[in-house]
Amino acid sequence: MISKHTTDKLAKAWLWMSAILIILILLSVLGYIFVMGIGAMSVSFLLDMPKNNWREGGIFPAILGSLIVVVVAISFAGPVGVGTAVYLTEFQKEGNVSRIIRISSDALNAVPSIVFGLFGLSLFVFYLKDYTGGPSLLSAGLTLGFMVLPTIIRTSEVAMRSVPYAERMESYGLGASKLQTIRNIVLPGAVPGIATGLILSIGRAVGETAPIIFMVALNPTIPESLFGSGNTLTTQLYYLAMEGISLKVAFGTALTLMLIILILNAITRVFKKRLSRNLRRG
Amino acid sequence: MDSKNKIEVKNLNLWYGDKPALKDNNLSVKEKRVTALIGPSGCGKSTFVRCINRMNDLIDGVRITGSVLLDGKNIYDKDVDVVALRKMVGMVFQRPNPFPMSIFDNIAYGPRIHGIKDKDTLRKIVEESLVGAALWDEVSDRLATNALDLSGGQQQRLCIARSLAVKPEVILFDEPCSALDPIATGKIEDLIHELRKKYTIVIVTHNMQQAARVSDYTGFFLLGKLLEFGKTRDIFENPKKKETEDYITGRFG
Repeated sequence: MISKHTTDKLAKAWLWMSAILIILILLSVLGYIFVMGIGAMSVSFLLDMPKNNWREGGIFPAILGSLIVVVVAISFAGPVGVGTAVYLTEFQKEGNVSRIIRISSDALNAVPSIVFGLFGLSLFVFYLKDYTGGPSLLSAGLTLGFMVLPTIIRTSEVAMRSVPYAERMESYGLGASKLQTIRNIVLPGAVPGIATGLILSIGRAVGETAPIIFMVALNPTIPESLFGSGNTLTTQLYYLAMEGISLKVAFGTALTLMLIILILNAITRVFKKRLSRNLRRG
Repeated sequence: MDSKNKIEVKNLNLWYGDKPALKDNNLSVKEKRVTALIGPSGCGKSTFVRCINRMNDLIDGVRITGSVLLDGKNIYDKDVDVVALRKMVGMVFQRPNPFPMSIFDNIAYGPRIHGIKDKDTLRKIVEESLVGAALWDEVSDRLATNALDLSGGQQQRLCIARSLAVKPEVILFDEPCSALDPIATGKIEDLIHELRKKYTIVIVTHNMQQAARVSDYTGFFLLGKLLEFGKTRDIFENPKKKETEDYITGRFG
């Protein structure tokens, strides 16, 4: 029979090994991309136009394209998502309407990203072609906006619920209206949480390929407008690798993408820390 | 010679859903006097006081009948502006809840909500309110620091100052000392004594000594009903009802 002491030791060893394995996997992925990508990385790689079918020059159009689709996505999903969260927390009593909104939002979150792509293709590229310019950066951004909407609703809702009920009562007690209370007490208290949700959404939007693969092609030029075509870091990476154009540049692109997401995660951590400090005070 | 009635509550009933919480209550509150409401937990005294500035409106499923006259005008009439009412009838809650902002911004919150933007005016109101709440001497040199860094007793006086800043005529205190130590409690009681000169005060408390110390009139609530009301001295020395006597002598509650 195995003694208690031995079981304890075995369990401990297993836990330790899992932890170490996770770190090893993470380091090998990051390390591999770093080693493979660092050769291509330089300031001109980030800021120059691609030349000679990506074999020389940089990846500036893709960085700009990624930036544009993310700005479009957040400008659409931010106001709509935060607005929905305000409605859910402050205006809607727990009931059927809020349940339907919440179920829809959760279901939306579970939709596979390629399905979002197909939906975006039908809606923005075909049906609304006259307004979006067909397969454009605008279509891609809006599709990503749909995709991150549930995240923004949920994080904003949690953030607003974390503002103590008593603070709202104090505000009403001083003669503030509902809107004044939301504007001056609820939203300011929820800012760190809302910002966390927005940054998480930016990270997700930057990193997605599938939803926008139908709208964004490999394109070596600076996008002319929102309604024109362009490419992003993720789609460029896909095409460069798939069509064997340049693995070196593909890894350089991957490294750029990883760095952007790591930086966004670091910012999120700062906001989370501030959020928990607020909670402790409240 | 006694002062006029500032508030007259007539036949006030309140239900939470179909559960009655207040049963046919009548009470007059004298202007610039302190009226204390005492009674065991759950007797409806807090619910009652929240009817006077319509805070119960914010709770789902509350139904109210009867009237509450403020200077002769029923605050439950359809044409009453609840915002204006709450500006006139301030409230201090059980636990101090400063907003997570500076001391200055806490006090200036109400005036700003009501449209005052001029910096000098705001500064004047903030100072007056803090002086009025006996907090000015302790915080005058650090108005920009976060109000959450104050002690519990200071926070409660800050909340009183915040109410004073919207220039109310009536202040409702809902067990304002239940989260405070005896020294902080003593300061709040002294302050209530001071505020009595300018404001009509209704205080809910389950501390009978406190009611005896600070109030001119006392009402005893039991099971949603105002059982006995009168001058504080009479209530404590010559209660007419047996339940009142039992409660104030500590036989139950």
